[in-house]
Amino acid sequence: MSATPGHLARLDYAVLQQCMHCGMCLPTCPTYDATKLERHGPRGRISLMRALADGELQLTKAFGEEMYYCLGCLACMSACPAGVNYAEMFEAARADIEAAGLLDNPKRNFVRWFTVKFIFTRPRLLRLLGRCLYLYQALGLQTLFRKLRLTVLLPQSLRELEPLTPTVRRHFSDALIREVETPAQRRYRVGLLTGCVQDLIYSEINRDTADVLLAHDCEVYTPRLQHCCGSLHAHNGELELARRMARENIIAIEKSAGSLEALDAIITNAGGCGSHLKHYDHLLHDDPAFAGRAAAWSRKLKDVHEWLAEIGLRPPPMAVAPQRVTYHESCHLCHGQKISHAPREVLRAIGGLELVELPESNWCCGSAGIYNITQPEMAGKLLARKLRHLEGTQAPIVASANPGCSVQLEAGLRQARRPVRVVHPVSLLAEAFRRAHPKSARPPAASTRQPSPSA
Amino acid sequence: MTISTEALNKLRSIVGQENVLTQPEDVIPYAFDGTAAIKQPAGCVVFPQATRQVAEIIKLANASQIPVVTRGSGTGLSGGSVPVAEGIVLCLVKMDRVLDLDQKNLTLLVEAGVVTQNVADLAATAGLLYPPDPGSMKISTIGGNVAENSGGLRGLKYGVTRDYVMGLEVVLANGKVVWLGSKCVKDVAGYSMKDVFIGSEGTLGVITKVLLKLVPQPAAKRTLLATFARMDAAAETVSAIIAARIIPCTLEFLDRITIQCVEDFAHIGLPLDAEALLLMETDGHPAVVEDEARRMEQIAREHGAASVTLAQSAQEAARLATARRSAFSALARVAPTTILEDATVPRSELARMIRFIQEVGERHGLRIGTFGHMGDGNLHPTFLTDECNHEEMERVERAMKEIFDFAIQLGGTITGEHGIGLAKKAFLPGAIGEGSLDLMRQLKRAWDPDNLLNPGKIFDR
Repeated sequence: MSATPGHLARLDYAVLQQCMHCGMCLPTCPTYDATKLERHGPRGRISLMRALADGELQLTKAFGEEMYYCLGCLACMSACPAGVNYAEMFEAARADIEAAGLLDNPKRNFVRWFTVKFIFTRPRLLRLLGRCLYLYQALGLQTLFRKLRLTVLLPQSLRELEPLTPTVRRHFSDALIREVETPAQRRYRVGLLTGCVQDLIYSEINRDTADVLLAHDCEVYTPRLQHCCGSLHAHNGELELARRMARENIIAIEKSAGSLEALDAIITNAGGCGSHLKHYDHLLHDDPAFAGRAAAWSRKLKDVHEWLAEIGLRPPPMAVAPQRVTYHESCHLCHGQKISHAPREVLRAIGGLELVELPESNWCCGSAGIYNITQPEMAGKLLARKLRHLEGTQAPIVASANPGCSVQLEAGLRQARRPVRVVHPVSLLAEAFRRAHPKSARPPAASTRQPSPSA
Repeated sequence: MTISTEALNKLRSIVGQENVLTQPEDVIPYAFDGTAAIKQPAGCVVFPQATRQVAEIIKLANASQIPVVTRGSGTGLSGGSVPVAEGIVLCLVKMDRVLDLDQKNLTLLVEAGVVTQNVADLAATAGLLYPPDPGSMKISTIGGNVAENSGGLRGLKYGVTRDYVMGLEVVLANGKVVWLGSKCVKDVAGYSMKDVFIGSEGTLGVITKVLLKLVPQPAAKRTLLATFARMDAAAETVSAIIAARIIPCTLEFLDRITIQCVEDFAHIGLPLDAEALLLMETDGHPAVVEDEARRMEQIAREHGAASVTLAQSAQEAARLATARRSAFSALARVAPTTILEDATVPRSELARMIRFIQEVGERHGLRIGTFGHMGDGNLHPTFLTDECNHEEMERVERAMKEIFDFAIQLGGTITGEHGIGLAKKAFLPGAIGEGSLDLMRQLKRAWDPDNLLNPGKIFDR
């Protein structure tokens, strides 16, 4: 099967040409490292994309499979001396693959339709699904299902995935955070993005983020219903849906805060989402109604650690019980957004915690969006490698700032029966603030007044 | 003529099905190395895992008359490992076993596919140093380094790859396996045959094992950064340092265009009007290092440095080195095509050479940033261009020829550390003369009579 590559062909040729095939990306690429094959490395993949754009290669199934074998971890972009925009090429290639239907088969089509196109474009439905899953877990049905070994009834692919099922929270972000929360002293106004998966399975991280922002004198605007950021869509060849998600989110924040201009920053706490959210400007640059708003959005979009560093991180007044903590870097936080130092500073600011470096901390854990579902074998190898390094640090806590990584690490640690806590750096910070003021669930400066009329 | 199914099946029986690649999606990524604008897809790519397999592949290539291009990680900068049409690419990255770290004799025996960085790391774990540090060492293989006789930043004090090779295992063009050299520091038993293979770019044999010399790690190091308003002041500083009997381990230089690109990229506060920047390092015994660092600082000031900073801590040293470390990245971002050259002249002619490169760039309307190893005269004029712009590429060709001609005129060479490969073949006769070239041809004809090993590289037969 073959077709003409539309998205790749439309890319500015200079983007493809920028790769000088020096090979500096190779040692940082997990799939090259595991296989030692050039086609499984960044410059090999780029050479295939360029061959397509040059008409020397047809869009083939093998090409399609290769582009989905890539984790999209973007470690190559950190290593690249020439500043090659691999992320853009990779999204274009996947869009071409989907447009040509290269990898179509009934099962893949259904799974993609149900997840990428259906559930993750409908936040209300996603929450409803979350509620059902919560009841299933809370009523002990999951435990029963596992104990009776009914998992054997599942098809093999689902059986392997079942242990990954994260625990859905009783309360989602909209039940934990008011739409507007105001600190005693207001220095800044910020929007808070609560994510889609994170909203269901780590909603407390969103509450913790709001608390930490309040403790830094930020008035927090949190739209009650938010869409998926669209990274899932962009990374899986659905750029049009990704644009739709971007527009929805811009509108939601505008409605909540009055306008984007009213905000000093828009905060995300998930590395994978942030890396995509920061590029709304590029995604919507052809849309006359949204280009300007998306540009403003991208200017204001900050990862929470980045924002705290920018406005001056306040160390919690009291130390916590002495503990060792290590830090696993989300690929899209460190490679996608180049934020590596700020989360470590958050951890160092908490008295009592001893930060020990994790070897290969910026090496992918295998989660990589839905990679652990689509490529379980490679994902499993990467997880095992990560767990080995985690064990070496002997830290009872591993901090990480991306829900995908956290699910992956928790599942791996659970299966290995290792009692290590996986937690967001900002949650540790929020806990430390609460420890200093045990009577209040919030840091001292925070109250939850209604929005001022000016907002 | 494509490689016959019969030959492919034999290759599969030698190395296993999964170690022979023939599909376009598998083979296209091996059509190039680190050299700009040279591309040629291979007939197939083969991954041997032992010397015995390499020997069998070479015998098969002989029997079927298929050309063989040996390759490591494909980071070369002169097209030396670019495939030959319908030929075999013999990729040695899966031959990456470390065989023996001998701490009594300070040697390390490895297979050719071991990554250079791993060699350095392994030496470091034993408190030893493997000094050659080519820019691609994080992924380049030691076999490729030997085949190209790679250099690096420490050339002046520590020499190049050749100075650390004590022995080689080589598969010859007829498939025979030979061992050349020994662990002995003194060994004059006959011709030094290993030296013929070092820098031979895969045209005389396939290097499968390398015995390396290691040295003790220096106990201390000091780092200085100096900027100069005039190029001559920088060159004179270098000459004066050497005249003062100081051999720094690092003497790196950036020109004005490079300084400006680095500042644009890294924002480290470099003076944009500076003509030259020198990064200097001395290593060795702490007392000697201390003394030399102070004298280098003084010499730079006496020779008109606009600023001199002596790092007071390891962190500050790393900060000072940022400018040099980011030089290539900073240049590579400016234009779609980056052509990294390595014209080299005797140290005494450096200032003239650098001025000439700048003048050539202006005359041809080209952007050329120059940085490099001031201590050993090895410069990297870097062309920032666009291979799709044919008219500009013609000007690049002309400028390059002028630069090489001038380097030769000054008693220099067309390549200090990248090799000839395909990229510089045209310039070789002018650089070394007919007599020398003829000797190389005779050697090639005698040792590879059918011209099967990396044919068409360095020179045509």
